[in-house]
Amino acid sequence: MKTARPVLLRTGVVVVLLALLAASLMTGGYDITISRLIEDPAAREMFLISRVPRTLALVLAGVAMSVSGLIMQMVTQNRFVEPTTTGTAQWAGLGILVTLIVTPGAAPLTRMIVASFFAMIGSLVFLGVLRRVALRSSLIVPLIGIMLGAVVSAVTVYLAATFNLLQSMSAWRSGGFSGIVRGHYEPLWVVGIITLAVFLLADRLTVAGLGADVAKNIGVNYERVVLLATVLVAVATGVTSVVVGFLPFLGLIVPNIVSMLRGDNVRGNLPWVAALGAALILACDLVGRTVVAPMEIPVSVVLGAIGAAVFIALVLRQRRHASF
Amino acid sequence: MIQFSDLHKAYQGDTVLGPVTGAIEKGGITSIVGPNGAGKSTLLTMMGRLLDPTGGRVTIEGRDVFTTKSREMAQQLSILRQENQFTARLRVRELVAFGRFPHSQGRLTEDDHRHVGEALEFLSLTQLADRYLDQLSGGQRQRAYVAMVLAQDTDYVLLDEPLNNLDMKHSVLMMRQLRRAADELGRTIVLIIHDINFAAAHSDRIMALRDGEIVTTGTIPEIMRDEVLTDVFDTPVSVLEVDGRPVAVYYS
Ligand SMILES: Nc1ncnc2c1ncn2[C@@H]1O[C@H](COP(=O)(O)OP(=O)(O)OP(=O)(O)O)[C@@H](O)[C@H]1O
Ligand SMILES: [Mg+2]
Repeated sequence: MKTARPVLLRTGVVVVLLALLAASLMTGGYDITISRLIEDPAAREMFLISRVPRTLALVLAGVAMSVSGLIMQMVTQNRFVEPTTTGTAQWAGLGILVTLIVTPGAAPLTRMIVASFFAMIGSLVFLGVLRRVALRSSLIVPLIGIMLGAVVSAVTVYLAATFNLLQSMSAWRSGGFSGIVRGHYEPLWVVGIITLAVFLLADRLTVAGLGADVAKNIGVNYERVVLLATVLVAVATGVTSVVVGFLPFLGLIVPNIVSMLRGDNVRGNLPWVAALGAALILACDLVGRTVVAPMEIPVSVVLGAIGAAVFIALVLRQRRHASF
Repeated sequence: MIQFSDLHKAYQGDTVLGPVTGAIEKGGITSIVGPNGAGKSTLLTMMGRLLDPTGGRVTIEGRDVFTTKSREMAQQLSILRQENQFTARLRVRELVAFGRFPHSQGRLTEDDHRHVGEALEFLSLTQLADRYLDQLSGGQRQRAYVAMVLAQDTDYVLLDEPLNNLDMKHSVLMMRQLRRAADELGRTIVLIIHDINFAAAHSDRIMALRDGEIVTTGTIPEIMRDEVLTDVFDTPVSVLEVDGRPVAVYYS
């Protein structure tokens, strides 16, 4: 049993992921069947222009957010942090607004750089506050992050109202994959580079999860790991925010589930976190697209609903296992 | 040899240790004893470079612990703190394997696996190696932490209250294992211990602290005396001889 279960689980995750990928590619406003794809060049073109990009964008964004959550949970030693519960994503949003105000016609790349830069500031502010919190594993930590995020969001809304940009901001905020077509989502491939970097950094991230003292004892530069991690998360959050908006809770749910199943060794967990992150966002997107078809509920709304429920479950679970 | 000179620690201007000057000789087991708040952990964590001193310096075989490259230091010196609470859920074997990090940087060789296996064996953890840390009792977890530090295979090992949470049997076992590590592998081991009799029974030297000062350092016969112990612990202590060993009695 000891060996059979992981294999079964692994196969299960791969099968589910493939099924979700297929379902995501096959769902949409017009019918696309495999035979039409083979016979009809126009359908094929349509498929490549809108369906494939949307599904790829979902997968990449899902991986970006769940891997970001994984990184942040390790370096903060807190289970409840992820880009939207630390203010990082909200800062990215502020960055996007600032580019809209300062250079309305800015290229997407500029917006991504600015958003990533703001996300970086957000993470550093959060980490700065965290230094003053004695009990790092406590719920106080995400509460602080959520408050910081709320303040930044308020500033963002105020600025948007002042500059008459409320509408563009709310369109951006709702995490839309409906507008994703070829030529829009490609920056998300940077997620691949980030995931690779996390893989190379995996052991050091696990060590960081054991705390600054253990890290130092075994010769790992804790500060440097935290800084690198912050940069990776900032870029992932910045790029994802610009392309698809907020994706709340993904970074919270996925790493926690993986941690319950297989502990916290980052190297071994990374493929799981990536796969489950992609699967979850694909599933949420399918739900959002089918329940009110032909209308769509933004994936962020679905994620928010599911995520909030899981978040509460995690909190209750933690209260039962005091050492969790 | 670990040497420290004018080592001093203050929090917001309040001195909690020093300035103290002294040394831990190479080889054998040195126990640091003293009342709560005496500054034992402060001294040990500064020797182990985990705490920055307000003033003074620490060297190990002539190398400054704070300026030597961290990875090099980690191959020579390991330290375990008094309190450890990890939120990361690791299996015992995974945790102990991270003790090899200074040598392997994460790519475990045959040699690393051997060290990990030995450390697990040393602390009778082989049966528990595949459990998660949060599935262990306090004493088992404490042993896992010590195993991690021993797997690091450093000449100098600093342990802050390694007998924390251990029952009688495992306390004795742990001390015997540390004794073996000192005698057979030539390690230099520095411990903080609360039970003075345990310290006397298993170590070569005792360093006594009180109120942020080193009161005295010496061999067991030099320290295990009524007047010395009464002075250090600020409580009446008499030393009796039981089975040819000095035993401090302080319950009256
Ligand atoms: N972060 C800190 N801020 C202020 N004072 C501190 C801090 N850490 C330790 N101290 C003080 O320094 C003194 C020495 O502490 P230390 O931990 O070295 O004691 P100890 O000898 O190890 O005691 P124990 O036997 O209780 O472990 C204590 O009075 C303690 O209150
Ligand atoms: Mg102490």
